[in-house]
Amino acid sequence: MFIDFFQTLRRHGLKTSITEWLDLLSAMKANLAFADVEQFYYLSRLILVKDEAQYDKFDRAFSEYVDKVAKVDVTEKIPKDWLENALKRNLSDEEKSKVQQLGSLDELMKTFQERLKEQQKRHQGGSKWIGTGGTSPFGAYGYHPGGIRIGQDGNRNRSAAKVWDKREFRDLDDNARLEQRGFQVALRKLRQFARTGAATELDLNGTIEATSKKGGLLDLKWQSERHNAVKIILLLDVGGSMDDYVYQCEQLFTALKNEFKHLELFYFHNCVYEGVWRDNSRRREEQLPTEQLIQTYGEDYKLLFVGDATMGPYEIAYPGGSVEHWNEEPGEAWINRLTRHFEKVAWLNPQPEEHWRYYMSVRMIHDLVGGRMYPLTLDGLERAMSGLR
Amino acid sequence: MDFSSSSQYVVSQELATAVNAAVTLEKPLLLKGEPGTGKTRLAEELANALDTELLQWSIKSTTKAQQGLYEYDAVSRLRDSQLGSEKVHDISNYIRPGKLWQAFTAEKRPVLLIDEIDKADVEFPNDLLHELDQMAFHVYETGEQIKAEQRPIVLITSNNEKALPDAFLRRCFFHYIQFPDSDTLKAIVDVHFPDLHRDLLDTALALFFELRDVPGLKKKPSTSELLDWLRLLLVEDIDANELRKSREQGGLLPLSGALLKHEQDVERLAEYARIQRR
Repeated sequence: MFIDFFQTLRRHGLKTSITEWLDLLSAMKANLAFADVEQFYYLSRLILVKDEAQYDKFDRAFSEYVDKVAKVDVTEKIPKDWLENALKRNLSDEEKSKVQQLGSLDELMKTFQERLKEQQKRHQGGSKWIGTGGTSPFGAYGYHPGGIRIGQDGNRNRSAAKVWDKREFRDLDDNARLEQRGFQVALRKLRQFARTGAATELDLNGTIEATSKKGGLLDLKWQSERHNAVKIILLLDVGGSMDDYVYQCEQLFTALKNEFKHLELFYFHNCVYEGVWRDNSRRREEQLPTEQLIQTYGEDYKLLFVGDATMGPYEIAYPGGSVEHWNEEPGEAWINRLTRHFEKVAWLNPQPEEHWRYYMSVRMIHDLVGGRMYPLTLDGLERAMSGLR
Repeated sequence: MDFSSSSQYVVSQELATAVNAAVTLEKPLLLKGEPGTGKTRLAEELANALDTELLQWSIKSTTKAQQGLYEYDAVSRLRDSQLGSEKVHDISNYIRPGKLWQAFTAEKRPVLLIDEIDKADVEFPNDLLHELDQMAFHVYETGEQIKAEQRPIVLITSNNEKALPDAFLRRCFFHYIQFPDSDTLKAIVDVHFPDLHRDLLDTALALFFELRDVPGLKKKPSTSELLDWLRLLLVEDIDANELRKSREQGGLLPLSGALLKHEQDVERLAEYARIQRR
């Protein structure tokens, strides 16, 4: 049942699983969306889609499916005796008297089928289903083979059409969206646990040992909680060509912040020179001399650069090469100083790895950090993390 | 079971469908949406509507899945053993049931709210997979098996701070609470301020939606902020004309502190107003 719908969804790139599929079927069985295509839309979206970024894909798939269903000739597909039985069951007394007015049931069926055909023709232009419009004696009767409703509430169906055709979630759909969760899982590779801070956890083994030493007199021992002891300095390139990667950098930063308690963030532009800054809006006033950065943070900190390393080669190699100010010493001198001080260094580059060789500056930075440049992808991040261990 | 708008709470048709499906099919319902769109309120209203107990488990960054099941209070037991208390012989005296346990053993099918699940560690949802699926767990200390007689109605909220694992999502129904359109918003305001002047409401709502459309705001004002703002407007006795006047003059809305929570947003708005006037 609804196999076609399922396949339409898969074709549109939704990762709907069989389990969820069966859930939807049991929801249909429980009559949660009987004879109402809008209800069916909400219900199937609820059960099959688990991320609002996928809503737009779902809307498109649903629209395609409903289009196809609308082309099915209902009069052929519905067995006649089925209709008759259903009709008898569903007609109210008032409607039954109307049936009498129309004559026999056979006659009624004929009218009904004609009306259906008529309506299909009328709706072929753009609308997607059959609505009897509230005047017919079939008003209380509905049939729902995966999305067709023949009912009295024509207006409601039309408003439902808008729901998926409006595609309100278009902005959220983004194929290239990087998974922050994936980032975070990759970062876990760098966990190094140590017990630091206040002793708040009961040390059960220690307590047992101490208590037995005292001959059974209780002697509680406490220990501090295990924390990830890794310390990170993040140097982030901002502005210019990095604007294209703001989203990726944000995701990375959130993941880093969640994972590492000791995280120091500084910004630079294109290449590191004599000063870095913490606050972008006050970068001119509040620079921290790079020299001081080296003195403040011990070599046990791990240094992580994030930047596309795309600039003029002179910005790295020559004094005064910076595009923003006069630098006494070339950028490479500063990068060398940093990599000499911090043992563990990695450079994450949001540019695709296959583009690197076309930029001279990328090759230069690549060499300056001793080949420890990785692309800002899941795989690259994993490699960077094992390099930082 | 038919959950719909009440006198205190307005439910959209899609949300009602979601809640009804989750209740009928006994699946956890995961709710996402902008902060302030009433995710937590929904649980309270649902418990009210069903006339049952609401068990609220607020998740923090330090919360462990085990705490939702039970905790073993080893320290009390050690102390009691020193004092020679009789209780010490029965380990079950020191097992403290968590929210899930309470929900499983409640007499009437309760509503269990797991609030802001994304605050916890990345592995937290995975640790709850089996418990939410089977609605059962094992107490190692006593060898007891706790199984839900009736599956509680589970609502889970997330503010999207962390992505949730796929295996977890497969077991939930998912609904994204969209920001209400102006008609729904009117209905919500009606519920909260039944005697608000039509004119004021229309003007305030128009301004509110205009504000939400200002590009680049750090935190867009949401329903709860709108309600706060209206409350202030009423207390300060500001009428529609005054609102409109301040709109025409450009610059900030009266009492905009209730709507904008970031310093940068206030600056952004002022800047935007300047550009618009040119």
